[in-house]
Amino acid sequence: MIKAILIFNNHGKPRLSKFYQPYSEDTQQQIIRETFHLVSKRDENVCNFLEGGLLIGGSDNKLIYRHYATLYFVFCVDSSESELGILDLIQVFVETLDKCFENVCELDLIFHVDKVHNILAEMVMGGMVLETNMNEIVTQIDAQNKLEKSEDQGGTDGSTGRWLSLRSEHEERLGVRRHFAALCFKAKLPCVSP
Amino acid sequence: MALKMVKGSIDRMFDKNLQDLVRGIRNHKEDEAKYISQCIDEIKQELKQDNIAVKANAVCKLTYLQMLGYDISWAAFNIIEVMSASKFTFKRIGYLAASQCFHEGTDVIMLTTNQIRKDLSSPSQYDTGVALTGLSCFVTPDLARDLANDIMTLMSHTKPYIRKKAVLIMYKVFLKYPESLRPAFPRLKEKLEDPDPGVQSAAVNVICELARRNPKNYLSLAPLFFKLMTSSTNNWVLIKIIKLFGALTPLEPRLGKKLIEPLTNLIHSTSAMSLLYECVNTVIAVLISLSSGMPNHSASIQLCVQKLRILIEDSDQNLKYLGLLAMSKILKTHPKSVQSHKDLILQCLDDKDESIRLRALDLLYGMVSKKNLMEIVKKLMTHVDKAEGTTYRDELLTKIIDICSQSNYQYITNFEWYISILVELTRLEGTRHGHLIAAQMLDVAIRVKAIRRFAVSQMSSLLDSAHLVTSSTQRNGICEVLYAAAWICGEFSEHLQEPHQTLEAMLRPKVTTLPGHIQAVYVQNVVKLYASILQQQEQAAEAEAAQEVTQLMVERLPQFVQSADLEVQERASCILQLVKHVQKLQAKGVPVAEEVSALFAGELNPVAPKAQKKVPVPEGLDLDAWINEPPSDSESEDEKPKAIFHDEEQRHVRHRQPEVDEEELARRREARKLEQANNPFYIKSSPSPQKRYQDAPGVEHIPVVQIDLSVPLKVPGMPMSDQYVKLEEERRHRQRLEKDKKKRKKKEKEKKGKHRRHSSLPTESDEDIAPAQQVDIVTEEMPENALPSDEDDKDPNDPYRALDIDLDKPLADSEKLPIQKHRDAETSKSPEKEDVPVAEKKSKKPKKKEKKHKEKERDKEKKKEKEKKGEDLDFWLSTTPPPATTVPAPSTLSFPGSLQEEIGVHAVTTPKDECEGSKREEPEDEDDDVEHDQERKSSRHKKKKHKKEKEERSKDKKKTKKKQSEREEATAVEPVENGAAEEEPIPPMSSYCLLAENSYIKMTYDIQASLQKDSQVTVSIILENQSSSFLKNMELNVLDSLNTKMARPEGSSVHDGVPVPFQLPPGVSNEAQFVFTIQSIVMAQKLKGTLSFIAKDDNGATHEKLDFRLLFSCSSYLITTPCYSDAFAKLLESGDLCMNSIKVDGTSMSFHNLLAKICFHHHFSVVERVDSCASMYSRSIQGHHVCLLVKKGENSVSVDGKCSDATLLSSLLEEMKATLAQC
Repeated sequence: MIKAILIFNNHGKPRLSKFYQPYSEDTQQQIIRETFHLVSKRDENVCNFLEGGLLIGGSDNKLIYRHYATLYFVFCVDSSESELGILDLIQVFVETLDKCFENVCELDLIFHVDKVHNILAEMVMGGMVLETNMNEIVTQIDAQNKLEKSEDQGGTDGSTGRWLSLRSEHEERLGVRRHFAALCFKAKLPCVSP
Repeated sequence: MALKMVKGSIDRMFDKNLQDLVRGIRNHKEDEAKYISQCIDEIKQELKQDNIAVKANAVCKLTYLQMLGYDISWAAFNIIEVMSASKFTFKRIGYLAASQCFHEGTDVIMLTTNQIRKDLSSPSQYDTGVALTGLSCFVTPDLARDLANDIMTLMSHTKPYIRKKAVLIMYKVFLKYPESLRPAFPRLKEKLEDPDPGVQSAAVNVICELARRNPKNYLSLAPLFFKLMTSSTNNWVLIKIIKLFGALTPLEPRLGKKLIEPLTNLIHSTSAMSLLYECVNTVIAVLISLSSGMPNHSASIQLCVQKLRILIEDSDQNLKYLGLLAMSKILKTHPKSVQSHKDLILQCLDDKDESIRLRALDLLYGMVSKKNLMEIVKKLMTHVDKAEGTTYRDELLTKIIDICSQSNYQYITNFEWYISILVELTRLEGTRHGHLIAAQMLDVAIRVKAIRRFAVSQMSSLLDSAHLVTSSTQRNGICEVLYAAAWICGEFSEHLQEPHQTLEAMLRPKVTTLPGHIQAVYVQNVVKLYASILQQQEQAAEAEAAQEVTQLMVERLPQFVQSADLEVQERASCILQLVKHVQKLQAKGVPVAEEVSALFAGELNPVAPKAQKKVPVPEGLDLDAWINEPPSDSESEDEKPKAIFHDEEQRHVRHRQPEVDEEELARRREARKLEQANNPFYIKSSPSPQKRYQDAPGVEHIPVVQIDLSVPLKVPGMPMSDQYVKLEEERRHRQRLEKDKKKRKKKEKEKKGKHRRHSSLPTESDEDIAPAQQVDIVTEEMPENALPSDEDDKDPNDPYRALDIDLDKPLADSEKLPIQKHRDAETSKSPEKEDVPVAEKKSKKPKKKEKKHKEKERDKEKKKEKEKKGEDLDFWLSTTPPPATTVPAPSTLSFPGSLQEEIGVHAVTTPKDECEGSKREEPEDEDDDVEHDQERKSSRHKKKKHKKEKEERSKDKKKTKKKQSEREEATAVEPVENGAAEEEPIPPMSSYCLLAENSYIKMTYDIQASLQKDSQVTVSIILENQSSSFLKNMELNVLDSLNTKMARPEGSSVHDGVPVPFQLPPGVSNEAQFVFTIQSIVMAQKLKGTLSFIAKDDNGATHEKLDFRLLFSCSSYLITTPCYSDAFAKLLESGDLCMNSIKVDGTSMSFHNLLAKICFHHHFSVVERVDSCASMYSRSIQGHHVCLLVKKGENSVSVDGKCSDATLLSSLLEEMKATLAQC
């Protein structure tokens, strides 16, 4: 089971939080802070697994994370998940984000957390892996976007139109616009998909 | 209305959307909280509007704020409103918000039930999908109960997109509503073979998750998963299945055996590291479950270890980490194979990655042995010196202590070395584990008696060295060891060499800077020390010196009296007064030492941490019973004076107590002592049973090599543990030499004596190393009759316990998913109704009853199905040899007549069931149900046959004496399956046939084969003494052929006979077993043999012999193996089998009896029977399949056989012909 999926940036700002067990908002924030604290102090070239010291209780649990440019992708899982499999899942997630957002960068996640949630919902459901085939995920997302568009005809805020324009917006913070998924392709591992 | 709409859209123009909110927050970095609270106010306004688009926008923004930590549960109702929007866009926003903030405590959640049901049955798959996704996050027991049936319907949806989601969410439903598991399980199982890989993967996922918690309920699915494993190419699915097998295999070792091969293949073939890793993990689990008995056992371990080494050596840190993790699993059962990679693991200690270093440390923990402990700890100590960062250093410290102290200091051979390691560790600055070191020091000093002298000397130098005191105070860490040091020096002060010096060290002014609890220990132990000094000096008649010590105490103690710590102050002032009193007495020249030391007489013993809990409640003590009747409410007030009167009387008695005379007191003291001696709570000063054991003379003679202590060990702060490593090596060397000497002597002795096996390997095994000290670890005391502690660690609150449900049991009628009342009529038509039926379990909502006979019918069907399932697993598993022999070994005692009858009856049931079982059930050692069933049947059968038996018995009684050997007499076999109509008696059958007979002895024999051994059979020979002589020195010998050989005891030649392990008095019979090895089993074979014996009677003893010919028929190599008709059909279709047939004329026996006979004598089982035609199956110990088709004509029987070996078949048919000809 996946207990939680967190995305935060190098400063610990949450970009997405999905808990598959109920926690109060305060505890959620504590977990995010603690996780950030644990993960951020690790060097780049160390392993991507981390145990213990987590509010999400139990020695059975592990943190499996990847760091791409400005963002940390952290999965908290129990022992029924394969460690390398989850690393691959993160890879699939990032690649899917890249497909859906076209050269995804942190800005996309900042302004479109709802879309990220929708993508994630096609991959993981209730803490269990639902789909790992990227093409299948993208197909479903596209179909849903189409459905959304057809409903939205005549509406005033064409949301898809607007978020593209955000890219050109001046962004002072360094690295937010970095195409982090490129790193993901570089770091490809001989994991699950042969 | 129109106006409203216009107003709505105008409003929306000014509303912020999510992007605006995010941008706004980013632009208000200084006053973010204020800005957000302003936004929340706006959102509240927006939520009040009627326009659903506005509401959805507001909820969307709220979801974002929730991520930032704002509580949005106040908007729960609005979220539900948005969930129920007709547009998918809004619905999705609503469900997302709900999934982020709803939980079981959300009170409005019950309002969603109908909305969710509507969405689940929506024609749009995305509406359904979004509802399922949302529900998976916030499903409650109520929702699960109400929606389980709807979701189950969706599991058979036409769109795989919905199916996979529905399958996955079932896990959550099961968790919240365990009653749904059994009704839904058949369909879930079906989904394992769904054509869509996504659905299949989801089903695997759910079952794996279920099985992980309660593996035993899912064992019956093993064949299915096995099939998936060998056929699937989806690595995600494979990983899950392989992980699942890892959980199942501890429950069923046979499964493990089956798995090894495909897993090994996968390990060799896969390029996916994750799959490789999981395979290795599961192979490890298999190897752990199979403790022994695997021929290629070590090969598999080697393969695993070798692959793991590759992982650990990889540059990828992740693989390195996982390699170490898996290695630690192997370590538990096969430490030797891991220990050879010690270099690699020690190397990992230098890794820059802390996770990897910690993993390596974990491994070291399990790798230590008596031999290498010192070396490993030395390595770790150098790491402690090098380590940067206190956390890792602390981790090292705790690991060193863990490693050394594990399993009661099992691996420590030299406690002096350990104490010096602990002392060295005290030099660690900034550690937070001072208390840990202190606890170890105390523990060792208390429990290892022999070390006390050394420990005390080390502790006194610790007390003496200033660095601990000065460096401590602010950091509460390392100064904790002073606590231990002070206590040890005080308690065992008799071992101190210079007690006076230590006393002074403990009374230094600097001590007052220590934490209070340590000072308190100082004060207390100063007195102990003082007491022992006094005693020494008084014995030496140095009154002046004694007075000086007292003076020192009186001078220094006041500094503690001023302490701010209450405990220190109180103790110090009390003791000061005491010492002053002693001073007065000393001035008068009164000897005081005795009395002062009496304060600390007796010894403290360690008490086990659980001792208190373990005290059993004494018999007859009911803790819940009232000691006095509780005052009842009805008691009237006028009774009260009475109570007062009683009270007064008691008080009166108490007053008189002091008048008890001396004698009485002494008597009471005795009584109290006795009581204390029997009281488990009382810590006795008399030696405990354990201690007495140590003092027992048996321990004294253990050779103890004295360590030469002339080496200056006591230099404080100097690393000295290293010296011990050297010393220890020398010591061991010496020990080895001595041992070798002894051995040589022994050898010489042995040479003279009997021929015996001995191993004098040059390598030194762990056990050979004798400890340097008498390691008389005082075990912790436990109360007498302590209860076993197994139940200590069960967690009663495990949420997965509710899912521990037997899934093989047939479903009951009452067991179905609750359905909304008004839908009843509809659902009864729905297809899943068929799946949902039958059984006996009670459920919360009793359902209407079906017609009774229908129910019964279904029950039967289910039962059959279930049996089939159980059989499936067993058959599937039994294609590899099962661990235990299934052939019932006849016991080797002879029974008097009547008892023998009983056994005869029992023996009958086995073959009967074997032939009967092929159709309906099989003898199964695991499935209790089936066994039970059989028992019931056999007992019923017994009743029916009762009369018959009686008759037979009366007949038999005459014969019994002669027929004692025919124990496996088959008196009757119940007709196969067509019920009572066909029931008819079956003539007695015995599997034992005559081997040879003369006037002295009669030999009958039977050959038993076992699936376990493909080239071995056991020949059981019953020897019956028919003479009036006493038969002894019986010896059996056969002339071995190339193919068949008798197994003889090691060392004897092929011409030697095998002695029969018993003697036979007149008229007695007994059974002896002989093992034969066979190479080829396709032909029957006869071996010539002789039984020689001495017959002794009143006239003297004569040498006699009896020749025989032992026939190994091909049938005896067959093992009754049940087979399914479909498997049977496949086998026949495969075309790999040769054919042959026979026909026997003139048989009059009924077909039923005929079959029984074939089953019994030739070890076949009936696969299927139609009228006078039956198919039968058996299997040889070497794996040949034998299929028969038996047809009965008017007066003849024809048998068509198919077998994987033509010769075997023709031999078998010949044997069968002989059998049938007798019919």
